[in-house]
Amino acid sequence: MSKAPGISIKNLSVSFRTKTSTVTALDDVSFDIAPGSFLSIVGPSGCGKTTLLKILSGVLQPTSGTVLFDGEPLSRLKTQGQVGYVFQRPLLLPWRTTLDNVMLTMEVARRGMSRAEREAEARRWLKIAGLQGFEERFPHELSGGMQQRVSICRALAFQPRILLMDEPFAALDEITRETLQEELLLLWAQTETTVVFITHSIPEAVLLSEQIVVMSARPGRVLERIPVPFERPRTEETRERPEFLALASHIRGLLRHRDPVTA
Amino acid sequence: MYRLSVAAGQAMVFIVFFAAWEVLVHLLQIKPVILPPPSRIAVSAWENRELLLVNTWPTFVAITLGFLYAVATGFVIAIGIAYSRIIRELTYPFLVAAQILPKIAFAPLFLIWFGFGLTPKIVIAALIAFFPVVINTAKGLTSVDKELLQYMDSLGASGWEKFTKISLPWAMPYFFAALKISITLAIVGAVVGEFVAAGEGLGYIINASNISLDTELMFAAIVCMSVLGILLFLVIVAAERLIVVNAQDDASGASATM
Ligand SMILES: Nc1ncnc2c1ncn2[C@@H]1O[C@H](COP(=O)(O)OP(=O)(O)O)[C@@H](O)[C@H]1O
Ligand SMILES: [Mg+2]
Repeated sequence: MSKAPGISIKNLSVSFRTKTSTVTALDDVSFDIAPGSFLSIVGPSGCGKTTLLKILSGVLQPTSGTVLFDGEPLSRLKTQGQVGYVFQRPLLLPWRTTLDNVMLTMEVARRGMSRAEREAEARRWLKIAGLQGFEERFPHELSGGMQQRVSICRALAFQPRILLMDEPFAALDEITRETLQEELLLLWAQTETTVVFITHSIPEAVLLSEQIVVMSARPGRVLERIPVPFERPRTEETRERPEFLALASHIRGLLRHRDPVTA
Repeated sequence: MYRLSVAAGQAMVFIVFFAAWEVLVHLLQIKPVILPPPSRIAVSAWENRELLLVNTWPTFVAITLGFLYAVATGFVIAIGIAYSRIIRELTYPFLVAAQILPKIAFAPLFLIWFGFGLTPKIVIAALIAFFPVVINTAKGLTSVDKELLQYMDSLGASGWEKFTKISLPWAMPYFFAALKISITLAIVGAVVGEFVAAGEGLGYIINASNISLDTELMFAAIVCMSVLGILLFLVIVAAERLIVVNAQDDASGASATM
């Protein structure tokens, strides 16, 4: 597998024009994502986190500014077959079984794989996500959390070079979330993958990331870019360390400040 | 157990209906010319079985061909409407206006245009069966979850992949809802065609027995029509069960438009 891509975001702005008004979702956002790094984005609802991920995946065009992907301007041609995207909603195909839903990404982005290889890979991921035995079920037969896990399996199964995850663990129970956090970190450590991870949970961001981007409320701006220095593997014990708690409370403080000027 | 008793209850409704009909006709001494009892209709159907069977065939052909033409053209135009803004904006008002017209009223005109026989029947059947297919299928194709298409974009999917893997299966419940309406409309179209422009078929038998005041035969022909209609409808339901996953649950999402 080729090296993980680096991403460079420069003066990115996005506005949505509706019938009655123009909403500025992102305002002059700039930051770099190092190749193979794990970066989290935290910020209040509606600050443009989802919009930013859609730009990075190439499905949405910025109003102004540039995004460099591997040093070249981002385009769908450039990112084709490299982006594993976990949307905020599970977005499963209701007419496909769990297994067939996971195989979708490989059908589209890994045409070289045989059907048997795709199926084996899909089954392997479903097992990791604790969904063994649910392969032949349809999405409406699964709980919301299970659907989201299928969606995560689908994104991981084709081994993308970059993973964009939009609050992927928000709907999961504590235990499942921790299992999947560990699996994600394991996968990230073993493969060359750049991860951009959106979360509402400050401890989750601190536990997982190498860098955290804190964003302000609408219009979304970058408040602070925070490196997370703790050594890995990070365990339960890491969560209790004073530095961990101090960093988490610093981020909480940033998000409490409504006015970006005073932050 | 519950389902079984519901089925028994449903059968009872039919039995009560025909029994009441039979009894009332005798009690009120209604003339068979006005309303024959079910027993005499059954006897007439048996005596005329050859005539009825021979005439079921052309009706079946007219319905099926009219329906298939309607579905094929309707489906293609629906794709045009869903994917081309120009086609959508130019044709949609026309289609909506044309849908409101009483197309049955054109039947005598088609006799002038296409002569006597199979063609006018097929044309009328196709014409009235066409609109639900276009409008419903276009609605299905355009109602696809936008984020699902974005998801496909993020994978680098081609337009064809988005169509075959997302839009088409998404539109299937809408399509089948339309087919169920269209087949009943095609039956109406074919029979009206036979009323005005045919020398054979169940519609012709109904018309001819009306003129000769053979009400029993007329009812027997209506029964044949109904059985044919139900069978064709069941074929579509079976196809739907085969193609649309969770057909019963999902159909609620696709409300059919006449
Ligand atoms: N397609 C769209 N059309 C109009 N406004 C949009 C659209 N997508 C997002 N927005 C607006 O942009 C802002 C940022 O949205 P989003 O990126 O979803 O925020 P977040 O994910 O941080 O909650 C919100 O105010 C939202 O209403
Ligand atoms: Mg969001």
